[in-house]
Amino acid sequence: MSRPIVLRGARVVDPSQNMDGPGDVLVRDGLIEAVEPVIAGPDEAEVIDVSGMTVCPGLIDLHVHLREPGGEHKESIHTGSHAALAGGFTTVWAMPNTDPPIDDPAAVGYVRLAARAARGTRVMPIGAASIDQKGERMTEVGELVKAGAVAVSDDGHPVWDTGLMRRLLEYTRTFHIPVLQHAEDRALAGGVMNEGVVATAMGLRGLPNAAEACMVARDVQLAELTGGHLHVCHVSARQSVEQLRMAKDKGLRVTSEVTPHHLILTDEMCRGYNTEAKVNPPLRTQEDVEAVTQALLDGVIDVIATDHAPHTYEEKEQEFDYAPFGINGLETALGLSMLALVETGLLSFSELIDRMSCAPARIMGLEGGTLRSGSPADIVVLDPDERWTVDPAEFRSRSRNTPIAGWELAGRVHRTMVSGELRFQRAATSD
Amino acid sequence: MNQPRPEFDLGKDLVGLEGLSCETITAILDTAEPFKEISERAIKKVPVLRGKTIVNLFYEPSTRTRISFEFAEKRLGADTVNISSSGSSVVKGETLVDTARNLEAMRIDMVVIRHSSSGAASFLADRIPSNVINGGDGQHEHPTQALLDMLTLRDRLGRIDGLKVCIVGDILHSRVARSNIFGLQAMGAEVAVCGPRSLIPYGIEEMGVQTFYHIEEAIEWSDALNILRLQLERMKTGFIPSLREYNRVYGVTRARLERAPRDIAILHPGPMNRGVEIDSAVADGPQSVILPQVTNGVAVRMAVLYLLAGGAPGGAEAAKQESA
Repeated sequence: MSRPIVLRGARVVDPSQNMDGPGDVLVRDGLIEAVEPVIAGPDEAEVIDVSGMTVCPGLIDLHVHLREPGGEHKESIHTGSHAALAGGFTTVWAMPNTDPPIDDPAAVGYVRLAARAARGTRVMPIGAASIDQKGERMTEVGELVKAGAVAVSDDGHPVWDTGLMRRLLEYTRTFHIPVLQHAEDRALAGGVMNEGVVATAMGLRGLPNAAEACMVARDVQLAELTGGHLHVCHVSARQSVEQLRMAKDKGLRVTSEVTPHHLILTDEMCRGYNTEAKVNPPLRTQEDVEAVTQALLDGVIDVIATDHAPHTYEEKEQEFDYAPFGINGLETALGLSMLALVETGLLSFSELIDRMSCAPARIMGLEGGTLRSGSPADIVVLDPDERWTVDPAEFRSRSRNTPIAGWELAGRVHRTMVSGELRFQRAATSD
Repeated sequence: MNQPRPEFDLGKDLVGLEGLSCETITAILDTAEPFKEISERAIKKVPVLRGKTIVNLFYEPSTRTRISFEFAEKRLGADTVNISSSGSSVVKGETLVDTARNLEAMRIDMVVIRHSSSGAASFLADRIPSNVINGGDGQHEHPTQALLDMLTLRDRLGRIDGLKVCIVGDILHSRVARSNIFGLQAMGAEVAVCGPRSLIPYGIEEMGVQTFYHIEEAIEWSDALNILRLQLERMKTGFIPSLREYNRVYGVTRARLERAPRDIAILHPGPMNRGVEIDSAVADGPQSVILPQVTNGVAVRMAVLYLLAGGAPGGAEAAKQESA
């Protein structure tokens, strides 16, 4: 049994208990034992002075691509789970679009084993929704869940077949897991950036807002029909928000996420054929940024998730048409979200922590996202006021693809604890 | 030695007309004038670019543009090499940058690139020190085509400023349309596009372009029509129902032109689909400047090569004489 730990002298922000004030946190046996204004003992405890810092429940990211197996040149479960720690995440959900895809129980088991060996963040595997993610035959959902899968998804691709999507939403109910949908109508896809005046001037094929909104509209209907839990990934278009608002008004089991980049960046970033800004769904217009932001404030969109999508330098250093979609997000998520939402006064810091920690736990029924006593000691220690400059060379991720290199962000993670074990500590500077 | 005019600013490359000033475009067109004559000589060669090595890097099939560039290069005395995507390292998976760097290692001066991907020319230009000329990149720009279109318009109508030019056809997929829009607007012309709504790109009005969906209205409005080739695959991919219907609705016919309130200049970048976007009576008729366009293409490309090689605007005539 390891020594208890006291985190001493911080500001404690835990939106799950409406807590925001000075306090100490006592951690014992991997659990949070107490959060109180002052904790004196116990004598054997290791005391960590975190005065000047803010202590929050660890962040939870429902959407990451760790690329293993098959894409280890971009990222591995080891590198990805340590990048997550550096970004303040104590839990990530790993998408199954690997090579081969995570579409059978053995593959789910592999991800869990590799994650345990990595001793990084908690990695929860998402199973494929269809065999080989082809969108034809349903995977053995029950077996995947038994092996440890927390959801199913064909992310990277949509479940395009309306019949299959219906069956998935029905079938998954028994196992109490959501279907995570990459909403994109195939017949409207095929573009490489947002359809709009920027794409027109650049001569690039566009992905219209309707490609996403059509699929969201269809899926909302299926959620109503089936009562299943639909979770819409990376919402980017204002018309999708309208569909989601209607679903919430009706009280359907529909949840959704938005990425930090869709909360602040627009298709203007693609100018100069900047492949770092090539992502799917694409960066859209200021109108869309405002609509998804408002939806996050209103609770129409429930959470922030990164869609962390690592790609190598060589893959991005190509003609725009040929470069893969994706932005490396884990290590910049908090800072970019702070910039988009807190610095602008749209959300309080505590509300941001809610969207990045408590809300993901709440909508998915996870244990974390709180500092309540008895909860797993998944904790992040950060300085919300510290400004820092994005230098991709410093990423823990194996890839460096980001459109915000050189940006000054606000809010920096200093320590990340998973199950009471301090697994990340930023070197020097503020210690 | 003539000093370059202060307004003239072409930079290292010609990747597009977007952002080029009226002065710069005018300087290119003016420089093309003295070069026109070279192609009319019995011995069509001056050593203006003697000793320069130019690579024509064509990742996409092209006949007219490639030959036009090659004539321009050779008539200015440059050494040229043609590389096409078949039968080169391109098919072995070498990246664009590596191909270009390897060429540079053999000491070249300029690259003319034609590529199916929008942005490929600027991608290359940003990464190699040689001058890069865009010979057409995806659906983005084809600047020398728009320059030769403008030179031909100026020859025919005496000016560009204040002209009403309508580009007709598949605007969505057209690099010729984009370069013409940027170039003509910089030169003070009014630009419109006309075509089926399924082939007009989103947001084109925000580029200051008027839109027509009926060819009759476009003809009524225009001083010149630039008629684009309608590619057969647009029918297969469902943008239009049939070529027959396209001709019925958007074809530029003699009957339609006869109703025009003025004498309209007819341009076409080629190759033509006679009987689809343009009728033979129009293509071969008195208003057509389609063959002069081709002739001007060589002169405009000579001008661009000369200027990028460091030649002074206004100094082309002297350079010609000096080297002769």
